[in-house]
Amino acid sequence: MTPALQVEGLGKIYGPGGAADVAGTGPDHGRVVSPSSGGVVAAWDVSFSVGAGEALGIIGESGSGKSTVLRCICGDETPTAGSIRLACVDGGGRDLTELGASARRALRIDRLAVVYQDPAEGLDLRLSAGGNVAERLTAAGWRNFGGIRSRAAELMRRTDVPLDRMDDPVKEFSGGMRQRVQLAKALANNPPVVLLDEPTTGLDASVAAAVLDLIRDLLDELGVAAVVVSHDFSVIELLTQRALVMQHGRVVEAGLTDQLLEDPQHPYSQRLVGAARG
Amino acid sequence: MTLVQPRPSAVERLAGGEPRRALLDELSKREIRRAVLTAVAVPGYQVPFASREMPVARGWGSGGLQITLAVIGSDDVLKVIDQGEDAGVNAANLRRLVADASGVATTTVAGEATVIQSRHRIPEEPMRADQLLVLQVPVPEPLRGVERDMTELRRMHAETDYARMWVSLYEDLVRNGVITQTPGYPCLVGGRYVMATTPIPRWDIPKLHRSEHLSLFGAGREKRIYAVPPHTDVEPLTFDDVPFEVEQPDGACCHRCGSGSPASAVSSFLVELPSTGGAGRWVCSDTDWCARRTEQTSRYGTAAAGGPVREHEEVGR
Repeated sequence: MTPALQVEGLGKIYGPGGAADVAGTGPDHGRVVSPSSGGVVAAWDVSFSVGAGEALGIIGESGSGKSTVLRCICGDETPTAGSIRLACVDGGGRDLTELGASARRALRIDRLAVVYQDPAEGLDLRLSAGGNVAERLTAAGWRNFGGIRSRAAELMRRTDVPLDRMDDPVKEFSGGMRQRVQLAKALANNPPVVLLDEPTTGLDASVAAAVLDLIRDLLDELGVAAVVVSHDFSVIELLTQRALVMQHGRVVEAGLTDQLLEDPQHPYSQRLVGAARG
Repeated sequence: MTLVQPRPSAVERLAGGEPRRALLDELSKREIRRAVLTAVAVPGYQVPFASREMPVARGWGSGGLQITLAVIGSDDVLKVIDQGEDAGVNAANLRRLVADASGVATTTVAGEATVIQSRHRIPEEPMRADQLLVLQVPVPEPLRGVERDMTELRRMHAETDYARMWVSLYEDLVRNGVITQTPGYPCLVGGRYVMATTPIPRWDIPKLHRSEHLSLFGAGREKRIYAVPPHTDVEPLTFDDVPFEVEQPDGACCHRCGSGSPASAVSSFLVELPSTGGAGRWVCSDTDWCARRTEQTSRYGTAAAGGPVREHEEVGR
């Protein structure tokens, strides 16, 4: 069976040069800037697949390339190398990097949703919570006002946004509630793949815990394929079954999340886990 | 002693007679006609054009004026209306300006005109295939309210990405219970482009849908021309379960011709006359149409465009 999301040999290099820049970068050299051309190898040779109902975590420190990988998948960035396939696009037969910009954007409506760390990136803060959800729905062709209202209300209920706040502008909401609205918007058209970029970073501990519980419940319930990017081990531990560790733009270790946290093999993973566990 | 007219010198003869004051040279007119043709070929698409300086301020009809000057020929008959009125200062000045520059005949009767330049209204009298409507547009971009970045606007039009336009209608409904936007109600033209109908009220939008006549929209300040060719779909954006409504005040009727009254078979777009007493009186916005109905009523007892009108002391018998 084709996995819901399959990424192979993904790479992103900023600046001049191309694949030649890769030499001399990575964990072995302790740098991401190419010594020959000065190009930045933000991510290279990243491969993984995620099945429906499964969640994959990507851990790493700031600058390790984990967010770049996510942005390449969702289309915010164009990867330099590699292929991305979705089971819901030509049964996995089409490499998304070959699609034009407009076809990439169309995927975001109902097949590939992103939850950003900053709600302002995923939401229009001037609009009401319901209006933000309505944007996704109308983009997918919903033209019935009553239908849009009830679907938005259903999503608000699911993401624990009080229904009486549904018509208030999102800019009046707290950080945690904004993040819930962003979830509601992302899930509006039941996308088979959801990408979460640091979904709880920036929230205080108790709110983050509640949002995390919500995300876990939703992932279990909806059976979507999810990729969770975080520098926070507790997030990865709670949400994902498998995880990758990234350093200097490369995957240094991959495995089951539990094993990876209990018995890290790569020295960098050991350092990360050690730092997190104290 | 007889006065001998001095013979014109060779130079004077070469120069010809007193030239007509032209506002646009022939090449400029051709450039505008080219933009018009593109606009007709792609209904609802805003075609950029090199908007010239006009002797009216930009945003005061300079776009419509340029189209009219570019398309009008010596055998055309021109009507210019502003707020439905032929006698408005702006309408009268623009009419004189075009007549002066092109030498065409002018009229106030919609049926006699071949070119009707207008701001705010489409005449009540249905237009024919041999007539041309030129609308002066202040804001041609329907998505301006939801996005300010021009590149992004172009992308949205190119990809038919009108979700945010729909969201603005959704938000309007949620906040106000009704869609409040009245002039410039967004319409989908030919099933492809969303178009601003900036100057005209909702009342006039059905007149654009599969119309007999060609409508040209000119925005001089924004340097855009767009068109609705004859027999083109113009559908106001609205939700399936929220019907599109035209503005019509309850129980109002024209106090001159009776249009809109229960006894009248016709109705028209009405405007309220300012009064000190607070008792609003309504009158047809299209003064030419109203005046002719009133005249017919007084002469034959029935109005021109419909059934008998309610008797009224204002109707000059």
